[in-house]
Amino acid sequence: MSSLVKTIVKRLAWAIVVLIGLSIIIFCLMRVIPGDPARMALGPTAPEEIVELYRERMHFNEPLPVQYLYWLNDVAHGDFGQSTVTNRPVTADIAEFLPATLELVIWAGIPPIFFSLLLGVIGAMYKNKWPDYLIRFSSYIIIATPAFVWAVIFLLIFGYWLPILPSIGGRISMGFTVPPVTGLTVLDALLDGQGAAAWDAFLHLFLPALALSLSHIMQEARLTRSYMLENSAKDYIIMMTSQGVPKGLINRKFLLKPSIIPTVSIMGLDIAAIFGNAFLVETIFNWPGISRYCMKAILGKDINAVCGVVLLLGVVFVLTNMIVDIVVMILDPRMRQSRSK
Amino acid sequence: MVNNAKRYWLKFSESKISVLGLAIVIAFIVLAFIGKYVVPYPEHIGSFVDFNNASLAPSSAHIFGTDVMGRDIFSRIIGSFRNTLLMGVIVLIISAPVGFMIGVIAGYNKGKLIDTILMRVTDIFLAIPPLVLAMAIASILEPNLTNSMLAVTVMWWPWYARLSYGIASSLRTENYVIYAELTGARLPHIIFKEILPNCLSAVLTKMTLDMGYVIIMGATLSYAGLGEQAPAPALGSMISQGVKYMPDQWWFTIFPALTIIVIVLGFNLMGDGISNMLGTEES
Repeated sequence: MSSLVKTIVKRLAWAIVVLIGLSIIIFCLMRVIPGDPARMALGPTAPEEIVELYRERMHFNEPLPVQYLYWLNDVAHGDFGQSTVTNRPVTADIAEFLPATLELVIWAGIPPIFFSLLLGVIGAMYKNKWPDYLIRFSSYIIIATPAFVWAVIFLLIFGYWLPILPSIGGRISMGFTVPPVTGLTVLDALLDGQGAAAWDAFLHLFLPALALSLSHIMQEARLTRSYMLENSAKDYIIMMTSQGVPKGLINRKFLLKPSIIPTVSIMGLDIAAIFGNAFLVETIFNWPGISRYCMKAILGKDINAVCGVVLLLGVVFVLTNMIVDIVVMILDPRMRQSRSK
Repeated sequence: MVNNAKRYWLKFSESKISVLGLAIVIAFIVLAFIGKYVVPYPEHIGSFVDFNNASLAPSSAHIFGTDVMGRDIFSRIIGSFRNTLLMGVIVLIISAPVGFMIGVIAGYNKGKLIDTILMRVTDIFLAIPPLVLAMAIASILEPNLTNSMLAVTVMWWPWYARLSYGIASSLRTENYVIYAELTGARLPHIIFKEILPNCLSAVLTKMTLDMGYVIIMGATLSYAGLGEQAPAPALGSMISQGVKYMPDQWWFTIFPALTIIVIVLGFNLMGDGISNMLGTEES
């Protein structure tokens, strides 16, 4: 176990290096914009003395590396500056909008894994029979469809033609009040003992989460299927089969675990893609999350807000990947050995 | 050589569905070049207004209907192929060689300082959700096709760096590389003559499989208003404009969306066939 701890510590140190690198990229991005940042912040009508004062106060006259250190210091204290779209501190906006996105990404990222494993195992068990063909055929089409197209299709179907699911009503129907504890509405409603509210919030989540996760479900189903087939041709499985070990037992105990590890290990990448696609999906479903907020900031050229959100998503992503790596190491003893060498 | 080509074709056409993919891709590329000359209403591709024929449902005169400006949607979809293709080709043509060079140099010098620096920088780029940074870049710059290509390219090279790093770091201990070193071969010789040919099939497979993803990325940026600007047609922006007129004018949205699906499907099917043909594992 101690090698696991050592690896986790190493991973944590590395995450910090990555975050510093990320902050440098984002800082460069902020400073690459043509024009005088002080003038842009205050508008064209502000008198020159005030602009000069602002420049002095924001350290815009210092060399870039010094400016970076000042900026990093602010960011480390949770200060991303003012948003020019909402006229509030970016931190306050993030605190308001982040939980909705986290809830969406969690629902789009974690439960679908079970469906992809299920579909992958079915595909491998019925190789070249109709369930396998059906899954493979639909996976081609589903993977080729961008998340925002799913969102638009769902909106058309469930928003207009077949209104059985809420599609553009925010996170919960009117009439329910859920005290915010974690910020995740379904969980909060359950904690408060309101089953009906939790179900309602879940229904609101359903379509955006499905739009975000569909192509990942099918991609990972394909991955699981191909690893199942690859592993089932390995010597130890063939030996067990020839010794008469029941097929179900082999599948459950010896085939599934090594085959799902690669699927779990790319979960981190899927979550990154989900965060990216959430920008459009949240906008389409009018989901009050950080991505819809950032989308508005992007179109309104609100640099502070964009950089704050991108940096934050980077942090979330780095942490997710770290957790995924640790889970993989716990699942896969071979990874532990090769890392500790 | 002829025999080789025939053998490759046999392997590729083993799966009929890859041949379908190839057919879609060829049709797409041909239309990207000659679309302007064969569409029923070439002048509708640019800025054109005909309010008498606005918002017509699909009919024999306009098989995909017309938009709010009265422009033929079928012609505009075909007209957008050129930029869609351009996006995919330019992004991959820049990002694949750049990523390849970085990956190979790092992999060949595995364990040295240059390996650490190059691969750590690569890791930092991989640490940001690609679409998020692409959108941030595209938003800070002027929104147009060139900048959206730039934004996607910046996010794409690390994947090639990673891929060729893995291959190069295992190849550097192969005997033929060591012999080349012992006989005094220079670095460019080792990289281009010894290592490159052995990475090529993996890199080429990844490029064809990536084509569909790059097109999706481009369409996503264009949907967000960060790609090609009006009046030029783009599949993403056609969908985003059409959403406002749902559900009554559903053809504004559905046909460009189906077009994206078919194009990406074509590239994915063809990519699978190529990966099967070259014997490279799907990663």
